[in-house]
Amino acid sequence: MATYTLISSNVLSSSAASVTFSAIPATYTDLVLKCSVRTDNAGANDTLRITYNNDSTALYSTIMLRGDGASPISSIQTVAYMNARQVDGATATSNTFGSTEIYIPSYTASQSKPTSIVFAQEDNSATAYMGAIAGLYRSNTAISRIDFSTSGANFVTGSSFYLYGISNA
Amino acid sequence: MATTYEKIATTTLGSAAASIDFTSIPATYTDLRVVFVGTMATSSYPWMRLNADTDSNYSDTYLYGDGSTAVSGKNTSITGWYMGANPLSTTVPSMQTMDIFSYAGSTYKTGLSISATEFGSGQRMTDVIVSLWRSTAAITSIKIFSDGGYNIKAGATATLYGIKAA
Repeated sequence: MATYTLISSNVLSSSAASVTFSAIPATYTDLVLKCSVRTDNAGANDTLRITYNNDSTALYSTIMLRGDGASPISSIQTVAYMNARQVDGATATSNTFGSTEIYIPSYTASQSKPTSIVFAQEDNSATAYMGAIAGLYRSNTAISRIDFSTSGANFVTGSSFYLYGISNA
Repeated sequence: MATTYEKIATTTLGSAAASIDFTSIPATYTDLRVVFVGTMATSSYPWMRLNADTDSNYSDTYLYGDGSTAVSGKNTSITGWYMGANPLSTTVPSMQTMDIFSYAGSTYKTGLSISATEFGSGQRMTDVIVSLWRSTAAITSIKIFSDGGYNIKAGATATLYGIKAA
């Protein structure tokens, strides 16, 4: 039996303010999202924002470790979305996209949901980041919907989002 | 299409236990991945031991962020692999992944762990650890346990996946 299964994907053929995976089946053990993202936000970067179950209350917290090629930093944030941090913005090198992998284990378990995020940009310029994030969604509800958005900009054409289910059954 | 990512074994603890063990691991894959989600009876580091080797054949280099500083350091000649740079909570589950490359080969074995211990308060971290086991033996067993000898709490899940390159 295949244990790593594509549940759904969305490769944008036109710009969009958000991307949604809904009706996620509860039949897997873990979820993995692989995203290649660029937005039209002014500047070289934007933030990729994630909510679970259409929940936009401040139940999301993150610890981030990030390097920019010079000075590594770490920070804590508690906000109304899971902040997956940097992806490419409008002035980033043309045709470059930020890569993000989000791992959500035990997404149906009745417990807070830990999340691991790894993100990377490289655009042959001075303003690019890579890092790792430990996230927590403080809800016991099974995750059945995932929404992606930006800081208020649009995802550009060619941005891609893949949702995989991993089964250990 | 050939399946390249297969579950070898999984354990979800119905009651607290001192360890989760994977034994008789077949040599038919290229790499291994372990995914652990859980809590400890007493806050302590999650450790991994290979082939029941308790000698000082393990070492690592770690990089972590705790929300204010980024730190890197090393451990040499220790008796197991850290699966994370932060002790696990007794109440809030966190996750650790460990990729073990060329586990059946005859060279020393390298592991790469990514750990997410975000508890909402207290000491929390995200970290990456590269680890080395100085043994040429193929890995046939893996033990996950608390470095302090405490129990892993009921509900913890560990899954061992095999990844095939061929």
